Amino acid sequence: MKDVSPTEAAPKIQGKNATKTLEKTTPLTEVVISLYEAQEKIYPRSTSGFFTKWRWVMIWLTQLFFYGVPWINWGHRQALLFDLETKRFYIFNLVLYPQDLIYLTAILVISALSLFLFTAIAGRLWCGYTCPQTVYTEIFLWIERKIEGDRAARMKLDTAAMTTKKLVKKSCKHFAWIAFALWTGFTFVGYFTPIRALANELIHLNISPWETFWVCFYGFATYGNAGFLREQVCKYMCPYARFQSAMFDDDTLVVTYDEARGEPRGGRSRKLETSKTLGSCIDCSLCVQVCPTGIDIRKGLQYECIGCGACADVCDTVMDKMGYARGLIKYSTQNTMTNKWSHKQMMQRILRPRVIIYTSILAFLVSALLASLWLRTPFRVDVIRDRGVMARLADGGMLENVYRLQIMNGTESIQHYQLNATGIKGLLIEVDGTEINQDVIVKPAESRWLSLRLEIPDGSVEPGSYPVEFEIKSLQSKETVTEKSIFLVPR
Amino acid sequence: MSDFTSNFWPILITAITLLGIFGCALLLWLTSKVKVTSSNDGTSGHVWDEDLREMNNPLPRWWVWLFILTIVASIIYLIAYPGLGTYKGRLDWTQEKQYQQEMTEANKALAPLYAKYAAMPVEALSTDKEAKAIGERLFMNNCSQCHGSDARGSRGFPNLTDHDWLHGGSPEKIQETITNGRTGMMPPMAAAVGNADDVKNVANYVLSLSGSMYHSGRAGLGKAKFAICAACHGPDGKGNPEIGAPNLTDNAWLHGAGEAAIIRMINEGKTNQMPAQGEKFTPAQIHVLTAYVWGLSNKAGKTEK
Repeated sequence: MKDVSPTEAAPKIQGKNATKTLEKTTPLTEVVISLYEAQEKIYPRSTSGFFTKWRWVMIWLTQLFFYGVPWINWGHRQALLFDLETKRFYIFNLVLYPQDLIYLTAILVISALSLFLFTAIAGRLWCGYTCPQTVYTEIFLWIERKIEGDRAARMKLDTAAMTTKKLVKKSCKHFAWIAFALWTGFTFVGYFTPIRALANELIHLNISPWETFWVCFYGFATYGNAGFLREQVCKYMCPYARFQSAMFDDDTLVVTYDEARGEPRGGRSRKLETSKTLGSCIDCSLCVQVCPTGIDIRKGLQYECIGCGACADVCDTVMDKMGYARGLIKYSTQNTMTNKWSHKQMMQRILRPRVIIYTSILAFLVSALLASLWLRTPFRVDVIRDRGVMARLADGGMLENVYRLQIMNGTESIQHYQLNATGIKGLLIEVDGTEINQDVIVKPAESRWLSLRLEIPDGSVEPGSYPVEFEIKSLQSKETVTEKSIFLVPR
Repeated sequence: MSDFTSNFWPILITAITLLGIFGCALLLWLTSKVKVTSSNDGTSGHVWDEDLREMNNPLPRWWVWLFILTIVASIIYLIAYPGLGTYKGRLDWTQEKQYQQEMTEANKALAPLYAKYAAMPVEALSTDKEAKAIGERLFMNNCSQCHGSDARGSRGFPNLTDHDWLHGGSPEKIQETITNGRTGMMPPMAAAVGNADDVKNVANYVLSLSGSMYHSGRAGLGKAKFAICAACHGPDGKGNPEIGAPNLTDNAWLHGAGEAAIIRMINEGKTNQMPAQGEKFTPAQIHVLTAYVWGLSNKAGKTEK
């Protein structure tokens, strides 16, 4: 796995003049090199096969979710809606508030750990199959292929002089791309503002300026990233691509070229049996042509490789045609290649300590998150002792302390709450402006401030500070929240 | 930029900012090409640990354009906005102007609401839900520090939820109190009343007025001396709202109940002040606040008692 470590850099350098082993004997000369270069456009050839099929399955699954879910309604509202304006996140029957930020943190930690786990097992599974960058690039490539043709046709079209036919093809492609990108931008905005209302506004052409801006902004981002930047996002912008080598080890499944079997490579007639002088690689260069990042997998694992398996798919078809065994390029591990392990031995190594540790931490975090969501009380209470009033004497020789209490109803229905206070003998609670029996009514997803007084008979306890506890009980769910405060008795 | 005490600082800031931008551009230009001793095999010529060599992996050229774009953007920003020492920027933008502009806009948006409230009498306004909510917020931010968040006050700060008003509890009087503030003054009366014993007698008479515990003998002796107090508190001790003299016959004791507290009050007097709030609010806000305060003791929009 040394190939991906940043210090040693990738063996692939500027294509042709790259050498896998550095020869010490090359003469040293003084040369001027540029640290920037014009990017060469990559024309990935279309593939079919096992990994390609799986990628399309993942594309369909992720995109059906992405484009479909905002249209699902849950009761009277959108099932999944991140309402930034009112700062409420609706996730099916769950409503989250800014105070629930810890859940977002937990989800992010879980996502990061899942990424570690998948990477340890089989490299950049995320990158090759589900990352939006890959998914949208693949969709945009599909559109491009349908309009301009496959790799060879596209290359020819790009070098050809501008004709009406070329203009039509190019315009069609960009029109289709922009249409798709705008739909993506629209859907994305539909997660933050109700999508049905947004669609209605769009139909009647009275969509607000900010919504228009964000639809266009995300549309443009999709168009630019999937249409033009493509692999450059993975190569130069994605931090995960750069630190993933830290999560690889010698038992990680990665797309591997079987060098021992393939070399020495060379072209040959199809009738020829596996020649004694040549390996299985017929040097057809199809693995390079299909690569979305433009690398040659035969030079070993490189940091640009997103693990999509397109080269493995195309090589298998070539091997089939030649009548050779499949798997010259396949998912394998460093250890398997060096120790000539069997498939079973390789698979057994998946359950190694690293994977088990990642899995157990992940399982713990997921269950902690679920438990915490399950036990979450759908209302919050905040007690603030009034700073303006220390303590005062009230009618009937009672000593009073004043508090401000905020109850936030996190549910989507009207809730009744009962207040109680404990901590000192004979403690009474008086609430202003409540309904009968100190029953506090709070409207759905609203918070209510109450001022209340705690009273004890004056002189019943020594002067000092006494801890008190407020108990707020929801009459519907019977859940109770306790909040601490203090009661001051002056000298 | 009047905050600068010396001309040196704006010049230093301008110099550092411009040098920084210029330095970035220079660095970008200087590092675009490097001369290396190399075997022309695509390495950058650096060798570590005997045979570890650094490959040259050039960044795409559009990346350079992003750098240049940030430099251009910073220059445009510095021309438009105040960023270079005392230079005010072409847009003439200041925080204060933005604040004023936003305040003007907010006031404009609120104007129709307050206009509606200003036209409503206090009695009707005190039951208006929205006006009450606004009134409560105004009260919490400006009044609760002294009167308490439940408006029941504490020692020295009157309770606003009862019917005991030092200066009168009608909407007009409340509005007057909020706008101009009030000063309540009880002069030290010890000399006028007589000796310490006389003071104690008067205190017991005062206690008798409100039905508190008192010494009947002393109260009887104090009754005659109370004539001095009656000038303000009235012959029956019911006070006089016109001059802010408290009612002594009820059980509200702003500065403490009991014989000791009353004796101290007679001996030392007291000056208590409610500061004027007129400057802080618009007349419409004071109107809303008046309705809120009035509504605290007059539920359902009707005058009680």
